[in-house]
Amino acid sequence: MPGEIEQFLYHEAHLLDTQRFEEWLDLFTEDATYWVPLEQNQSDPVETSSIIHDDRTLLELRVKQARHPRAHARTPMARTVHQVGNVRLLGESDGELRVASTLVLVEFRAERQRVWGGLVEHRLRSAGATFRISHKRIDLVNSEGELDGIAILF
Amino acid sequence: MGAFDRERLAMLVQPDRVHRSVYSDPAIFELEMERVFGYAWLILGHESQVRHAGDYFTTRMGREPVIVVRHDDGSVRVLVNRCAHRGSMVCAEGRGNTERFVCPYHGWSYDRGGRLHAMPFESGYAGKLGELGLHAAPRVALYRGFIFASLAESGPSLEDFLGPACASFDDLVDRAPGGELEVTGGVFKHAYNGNWKLMLENHLDGAHPAWVHASSVAVARGAPDPGPPGEEHYYDIAVRQMRQNGAPDAVWEAVGVWTTRFGHGYLGDYHNDDRLVVGLGNPVFAEYHRMLAAKVGEAEAKRILGVTLWNSIIYPNCSFMSQFRQLRIVHPLAVDRSVVYTYSLRMKQAPPQMFRDTVAFANVVNGTASWVLTDDLEVYERVQRGFSSGAVEWLNIGRGHGRDVDEPDGTRRGGTGTSEIYIRAQMRVWLDYMTAGA
Repeated sequence: MPGEIEQFLYHEAHLLDTQRFEEWLDLFTEDATYWVPLEQNQSDPVETSSIIHDDRTLLELRVKQARHPRAHARTPMARTVHQVGNVRLLGESDGELRVASTLVLVEFRAERQRVWGGLVEHRLRSAGATFRISHKRIDLVNSEGELDGIAILF
Repeated sequence: MGAFDRERLAMLVQPDRVHRSVYSDPAIFELEMERVFGYAWLILGHESQVRHAGDYFTTRMGREPVIVVRHDDGSVRVLVNRCAHRGSMVCAEGRGNTERFVCPYHGWSYDRGGRLHAMPFESGYAGKLGELGLHAAPRVALYRGFIFASLAESGPSLEDFLGPACASFDDLVDRAPGGELEVTGGVFKHAYNGNWKLMLENHLDGAHPAWVHASSVAVARGAPDPGPPGEEHYYDIAVRQMRQNGAPDAVWEAVGVWTTRFGHGYLGDYHNDDRLVVGLGNPVFAEYHRMLAAKVGEAEAKRILGVTLWNSIIYPNCSFMSQFRQLRIVHPLAVDRSVVYTYSLRMKQAPPQMFRDTVAFANVVNGTASWVLTDDLEVYERVQRGFSSGAVEWLNIGRGHGRDVDEPDGTRRGGTGTSEIYIRAQMRVWLDYMTAGA
């Protein structure tokens, strides 16, 4: 049901905005991938670089690093607001829902505010009354631009 | 430039300290654009980016927007991306293939060599078209496939400029079977609010990883161990790199660091890891070794793979690493703003997994969201903010000062691997450039 999907995506955004990253990780399946392509319309994460291309292990390490007291670029973590919109159910295959949404994200840290925009695709598996994420792809509108270091999660 | 005569500039750069204004004074930055970036050889890219006639890409020489293009005669030309008429950029950012560069403003068109081809209302210029072309960089030269240009009419040849640092490019190219490399796999463009020199002063600094990268070292140590040969994880290459950033002090002290007369420098390999150095037991690396030996013979292949260099700096705009084929070019935007383009190089005649490892390494270690790189950027920005202090006028560059050793091949070697010899060499040539016309 579309309402449940939207609630799930809002919940995911809320975990990120309240810096509950470990709970956020728990939303992902053990075989999940998290992908922020470098190029527009990028089809391949193996032969072409990505801003982030993490499997579940790397994603966990990424969160652990952010919690380290000497993670200089992440201490303190940026404050964020993830605004999720335009949620559309694209289809269902192999027991997974494919869901598109848009993301507008405001980030603040060290006296600087940045705004991000991206097209997002989730692949969701049913897990009891809720979902788990098996794949999340975020295509940033400025992925090919000149970007200051990125120390947030989309 | 009375304000910055030779005496004044020499005051700012002393054997073991540098004045903060060298990194923070906009007037000095303007002078650098003219005397360093307007004079020195700058690396612009690799010939694989302009393989065929008409292939081009846009980049910068300092702040000068330029087009690098393959001309019909096979030569590589570097054209200032500015119409001779009203100054509009004739070519939008990017790359492609074109017969002519046509200005969007009044339709002046230029051929691949920058010669004015045609314009509307030509009769208004009374036959003086020959003088109106795109300004070309007067000197363009290639070394082992890498494209360099200088905006100065005269100066040292590229080979003299590179000097002993040629060996570092040789290491990069010789490792590729058949010498065939290509730029591919995407370009990271990361920016930071700091002076361009901060990046060049960081890449040979063996004393920083244990501190700047403490968090990624700690997390990598807790990561799953690399898979056995042939069954590695996607991320093993990056985890090994992060772990090695936490090598004991004795490892960093023992590693070699060399500099050249033109401020270039290179760091010895600080890894003791089979995969990173010779790949003992790794079937992909063994296959690669066979492919290399098939081209050059086993003895030569062993010699090539026995060269253990890590980062190399080509002053004033380049850093590269031969073992994972990463090339970074720094573009100064303002005294306190820089952008770095990071390229990956693929060995065309090597097992595909070699480039996949390069991509994984680039993503996790050098990418814009890397938990290694972003800590470097954070520190550059903190250093830049520190320059606003008037209470502390000087930066110290004295680690190992007085213990540098001249080597027979014309390089100078740090007394220990953590010597700041590379900053001293960079500042020495900086002063040479800055005072050449003063």
